[in-house]
Amino acid sequence: MADVETFEHDVLVIGAGGAGLRAAIEAAAGGVRVGVVCKSLLGKAHTVMAEGGVAAALGNVDDRDNWRVHFADTMRGGQYLNNWRMAEIHAKEAPARVNELEAWGAVFDRTPDGRILQRNFGGHRYPRLAHVGDRTGLEMIRTLQDHAVHLGIDVHMEVTVIALLTDGNRVCGAVAYDREHGRFRLFHARAVILATGGVGRAFSVTSNSWEYTADGQMLAYNAGAALQDMEFVQFHPTGMVWPLSVRGLLVTEAVRGEGGVLRNSEGRRFMFDDIPENYRSQTADTPEEGWRYVQGDKNARRPPELLTRDHVARCIMREVRAGRGSPHGGVYLDIAWIREKLPNAAEHIRKKLPSMYHQFKQLADIDITSEPMEIGPTTHYMMGGIRVDGDTQMTTLPGLFAAGECAAGLHGANRLGGNSLSDLLVFGKRAGEHAAQFAQRHDAGRVDAGEVDRVARAALAPFDRVAGGEGPYDIQRDLQVMMQDLVGIVRREDEMRGALDGLAALARRVSAVGVAGNREYNPGWHTAMDLPNLMAVSEAITRAALERRESRGGHFRDDYPDKDPAFAGCNIVLTKGTDGAMQLVRQPIPPLPAELQQAIEEQKA
Amino acid sequence: MSAATFRIWRGERGDGRFEDYPTTVSEGMVVLDAVHRIQSEQANDLACRWNCKAGKCGSCSAEINGKPRLMCMTRLNELDLAKPVTIEPMRAFPHVRDLVTDVSWNFRVKQKIQPFTPCAPQAADGTWRMQQRDVDRVQEFRKCIECFLCQDVCHVLRDHNRHDSFVGPRFLVHVAALEMHPLDTADRMAELREADGIGYCNITKCCTTVCPEGIAITDNAIIPLKERVVDRFYDPLKALVRLMRRETRDERRETS
Repeated sequence: MADVETFEHDVLVIGAGGAGLRAAIEAAAGGVRVGVVCKSLLGKAHTVMAEGGVAAALGNVDDRDNWRVHFADTMRGGQYLNNWRMAEIHAKEAPARVNELEAWGAVFDRTPDGRILQRNFGGHRYPRLAHVGDRTGLEMIRTLQDHAVHLGIDVHMEVTVIALLTDGNRVCGAVAYDREHGRFRLFHARAVILATGGVGRAFSVTSNSWEYTADGQMLAYNAGAALQDMEFVQFHPTGMVWPLSVRGLLVTEAVRGEGGVLRNSEGRRFMFDDIPENYRSQTADTPEEGWRYVQGDKNARRPPELLTRDHVARCIMREVRAGRGSPHGGVYLDIAWIREKLPNAAEHIRKKLPSMYHQFKQLADIDITSEPMEIGPTTHYMMGGIRVDGDTQMTTLPGLFAAGECAAGLHGANRLGGNSLSDLLVFGKRAGEHAAQFAQRHDAGRVDAGEVDRVARAALAPFDRVAGGEGPYDIQRDLQVMMQDLVGIVRREDEMRGALDGLAALARRVSAVGVAGNREYNPGWHTAMDLPNLMAVSEAITRAALERRESRGGHFRDDYPDKDPAFAGCNIVLTKGTDGAMQLVRQPIPPLPAELQQAIEEQKA
Repeated sequence: MSAATFRIWRGERGDGRFEDYPTTVSEGMVVLDAVHRIQSEQANDLACRWNCKAGKCGSCSAEINGKPRLMCMTRLNELDLAKPVTIEPMRAFPHVRDLVTDVSWNFRVKQKIQPFTPCAPQAADGTWRMQQRDVDRVQEFRKCIECFLCQDVCHVLRDHNRHDSFVGPRFLVHVAALEMHPLDTADRMAELREADGIGYCNITKCCTTVCPEGIAITDNAIIPLKERVVDRFYDPLKALVRLMRRETRDERRETS
């Protein structure tokens, strides 16, 4: 093909959020040539949106904290479906990864004795989240970005990868297009790291931006790698619900960490009404005790608002369905009430939650220091993703690695807030390290020029259907609405069967999509190219959710509302069959080593 | 629901014109919502950048009714919808298409600035100690979302095209964040004066006015940096003091 430009890298990193940048930094440290591909401009990836903090058992605020507690919290939050090796590595290595950011210029909020301050968050036993007000993600991505640009890494901005290339049973490169000119790029690489983030754009109410169309998950799947846990989508309990144009926009859990409470239309703190058995001993009995906890009283237990996200989201849905919701279909999140407790509450809120204050003031005309917010669940995070080796982050396809949200394992059935930013750092580093080693041990594979040609031709097909073709935005919206309605927070067999039928109908429309204009910076075309991944990930989520006939973590079945021991010890693993159809198997989780089992038992007391 | 018209710059590589798009608007909408609605219903290929839609990523910078702003944080109810709302790309950067400009110059500029260079860790466990009051100012600068609106409005760049000799307010803020970082040990005074061209800024404060993060760019970053540069290279009083010290020393030597 005439207009394919070729680039050679030892390690190609696809994605430039926290995981991708951390991976690139580590790979560069390994002495190999590194290229990073970002779908947007550098520094704009979704990590920038992360608000509350990065979880690491530094023990700066409560010295009872250590990796064993963090490990046990992560496993309990994930309902024990986690890859326990990843949970162990994560808990052990997160403190070093956070301290390392400080060596690269990050400026976290401080304790009175000058160390990194940590705050409370849902499911974390002790104050554990290192943070910068409520803009921790910005601090992290900027620190990594500013560090990375001095390491000789090649950055390809506004470039989207549309296919991975394989040579026998290994990865050997990728095909991409650049947004500005619409030209194709061939990346020839010895190892490839996927760090593309999530899948939120498969749903209509989401905190995710346009970029999160399951690129990494589907690049891996189509290249022959396995996915797992795709039924576990995290619906964050607190997204904005009004005005409509900002529906889904994230309201950080830090609001609750700083003392914010949830109330229904009757003014009742409904979270006290349903406390799961396995959290009862760690949860406050009274509002007074909950307040003492957020104020740092080590003898107090956490308020029920800080239970795990899956549970809080379902409680909110319950209130709304029972007719006790707010005018726009949410419930109330109130931080202004702390006026009763603190003399300088308004100033305190603005200092601790500056971007939330700003966001509500500017977008909803709400002053959160004096009024409650209206909030409801929003599609936030994909616990599932590409199946990886816990130590190396290599996928089931040799030479292909994955880290961050697009990889699966660490979070099991439900992710704890703050464990994503630490996930990016810990496993980004490991992926970079092992990909560099792989690149040093292996020659570059052979690229099949015919395959590159086929990928490029398929990508251009929508231009041939301008007349009579349907626009991509309508199809994307219909898919999102269907997935939200039928495979959302509460799921049922019949509705999900309906979703599979709906996907088949949508597939016919996708194959007829047409785009107008030319190839230069054409978002209509880009949206059309995102559709196949969104369709495939929707099918993966639906099939996995149908298979898991129980309720656990982020996956709730109305027709199977309880946990089923038959599903307790297995992950649902998906691969692409030789006939192109999606194959599902239940993969048993290896038993926990005694030492890790003991760490869990210690925390049950 | 009511009606409004958006007058959007369409075209490629500087060759373009305004086109009018009438559409319906509803309560709470921001300019970016209107652009998305037009993109999805009337002009699928309308090029614009956006990501977070919450004023955190700095992607959707544009000039709305002539003012550099983030499209995602500009509410329609603060604009006069009786007249068409004009939306143009940032004018201080080369045009790509519609509302998209080539901002890659900014990324090249940052690469040339001396990176963070920490002192040795102060604690036995290899970590550092910093007091909150000592990092408050640096945290203000680190709020920057790199929307480049300050670069867009800066007349040194916008009107005088000094992209080759002036780094612009964004990177003076970046240098200030590094210089005022309690752990940093690098010295950027010479590069501030030479390569960064801090002398070009004549503190008209346009950058501060447009900053969506409310960073006091001129007062808290640029002016203190200018003072440091002047202190180092130009201060006549200090030069006098230096001279007098030398003379007193000489006198003492003579009298002794």
